[in-house]
Amino acid sequence: MTSHTTNTPSTSVRIKRKFGAAPVAVNIVLLVATGYFLLPVFWLVVAATKSRPDLVSSFGFWFLRPQLFQNLQELFSEQDHVFGQWMLNSLLYSGVGALVGTVLAACAGYCLAVYRFRGKEAIFSLILGSVLVPATALALPTFLAFAKVGLTDSYLAVLLPSIISPFGVYLSRIYTQAAVPLELLEAGRIDGANEWQIFRAVVLRLISPALVTVFLFQFVGIWNNFFLPLIMLQNDRLFPVTLGLYSWQSQISRNPQLLLLTVVGSLVAVVPLVITFLSLQRYWKAGLTTGSVKG
Amino acid sequence: MSASVVDAPKRRRLGSRIAPAAFLLPFLIPFLLIFIGPIGYAVVQSLQKVERVAGLFGTPTTVWAGFAQYQRALSDSDFVASIMRVLLFGVIQVPVMMGIALLVALLLDTQSARLKRFHRLAVFAPYGIPGVVAALMWGFLYDPRLSPIVSGLEAVGLHPDFLGTDHILWSIANVVTWTYAGYNMIIIYAALQALPSDILEAASIDGARPLRLAFHIKVPLIAPALVLTAVFSIIGTLQLFTEPEVLKTITTTITSTYTPTMASYSAASANDYSYAAALSVLIAGVSFVLSFGFLRFTTRWNGTS
Repeated sequence: MTSHTTNTPSTSVRIKRKFGAAPVAVNIVLLVATGYFLLPVFWLVVAATKSRPDLVSSFGFWFLRPQLFQNLQELFSEQDHVFGQWMLNSLLYSGVGALVGTVLAACAGYCLAVYRFRGKEAIFSLILGSVLVPATALALPTFLAFAKVGLTDSYLAVLLPSIISPFGVYLSRIYTQAAVPLELLEAGRIDGANEWQIFRAVVLRLISPALVTVFLFQFVGIWNNFFLPLIMLQNDRLFPVTLGLYSWQSQISRNPQLLLLTVVGSLVAVVPLVITFLSLQRYWKAGLTTGSVKG
Repeated sequence: MSASVVDAPKRRRLGSRIAPAAFLLPFLIPFLLIFIGPIGYAVVQSLQKVERVAGLFGTPTTVWAGFAQYQRALSDSDFVASIMRVLLFGVIQVPVMMGIALLVALLLDTQSARLKRFHRLAVFAPYGIPGVVAALMWGFLYDPRLSPIVSGLEAVGLHPDFLGTDHILWSIANVVTWTYAGYNMIIIYAALQALPSDILEAASIDGARPLRLAFHIKVPLIAPALVLTAVFSIIGTLQLFTEPEVLKTITTTITSTYTPTMASYSAASANDYSYAAALSVLIAGVSFVLSFGFLRFTTRWNGTS
């Protein structure tokens, strides 16, 4: 990728001169865009540090008597520590859902890339077609079916639908086709390795950048999911943090105390995602490129 | 590269027949049971209705109703209005968001851009923020009691009513644009970075100015990435739910049938399951047809595969 962007000295000077036509304008527009995208986040950080009276009465875009630690303490002790439970639930749904989902998608994508069997293209078309069916439109049918078999209002009600990632299968397939030479698999077989050993020792290593991408986007997708838990869950001890915050928000008119806690909780709910994204940064960039260029 | 290079007998001998099944079935079985199955069940349920034989307290029985629920949906003025609303929303919001994403990506792709990593991360950051939190945050920024933006505008003599009937749809559009523009930008930017430099250099040596280079050379070359992001945006628009549902808690201008998905949710909450099923089948069907049709249309138009 980088080899495309490096030019020989003479052409890079030439291009720089051509591109340098309006450097000030380019950077001003970029700064405006960045301001738009960062401003609400900055507001949230500022607001989460304020006291209740200051939250409504002081200027929203700057700090005043910060008391973040006190707010956090209050957040986590509210309603018998329910917020901590929500965070743990979200970690469980996202962590387990994304891990299992990635493994299943990797195996299936690999299978569709290297083996030949009857009905393969039909199965792949079905999986690809289901990428085009919106998740929200699927959630309600899933709820109706789960209600029929008595699976609603349980951890499984949110976990089971989360482990299915048709997009993960698609990405694993195209990545395997691009990154795993079939000769390598043949070599493994001649050396006496069985199919599972080849997959674990050779293939997983080669396609790991794509798998990190699948895991990351599924983790974020499940963490941010709202409609599925909203229709599946009644018991608030099972809520993920998104649903918990929504339930607090809808009670603010009756209980104004919850306003500050909703703000602080919103900030806390984002932290695990920031950590995940930053720690896996070099992988998701590579993975996104694969997805778009091949798509 | 393709599987046909390896000769078939050797493959059959070495790779057993069970291996493909063992790799595929752990995904395929839950996929069929939890993903495809419910769609089929919803279709069946949408063709039924519940009747109470002996008045209000009689035992409910499920009877075949044909397309009655679909007829009901299409003559339900609230539902039809919700469809028109998301179509209007999509026609405006998707191009605006794609325009912002493309503009930022093209600017980041120029040599004059400074602090590229910082800008890229800042614009992408909202994608990592849950829709519920994004809607809560913007809800506070729209709320005249809390918002520094509203008080700032009022200080210069403007009186915006972000949560009023006239503006609420575009306030929702702003939240959606803010959340997803960066994701699309990253995909478009990655496609730009992958363009072969010799074409760009040749055009540049031929005297193409930056604007001409951007819109006559770069944009056509990254058309597949633009189509991909547009399709996902169209799918996203039709299932619009989280943002209006969360903003509904702070304004009365959003009804419980504001978007199609909200309408099906409110039918399900009222235990009107057959109707809810019919509505979600309609939503899934329409968005599948629209995104598939868009894909077909653009690939034919571009002449690419």
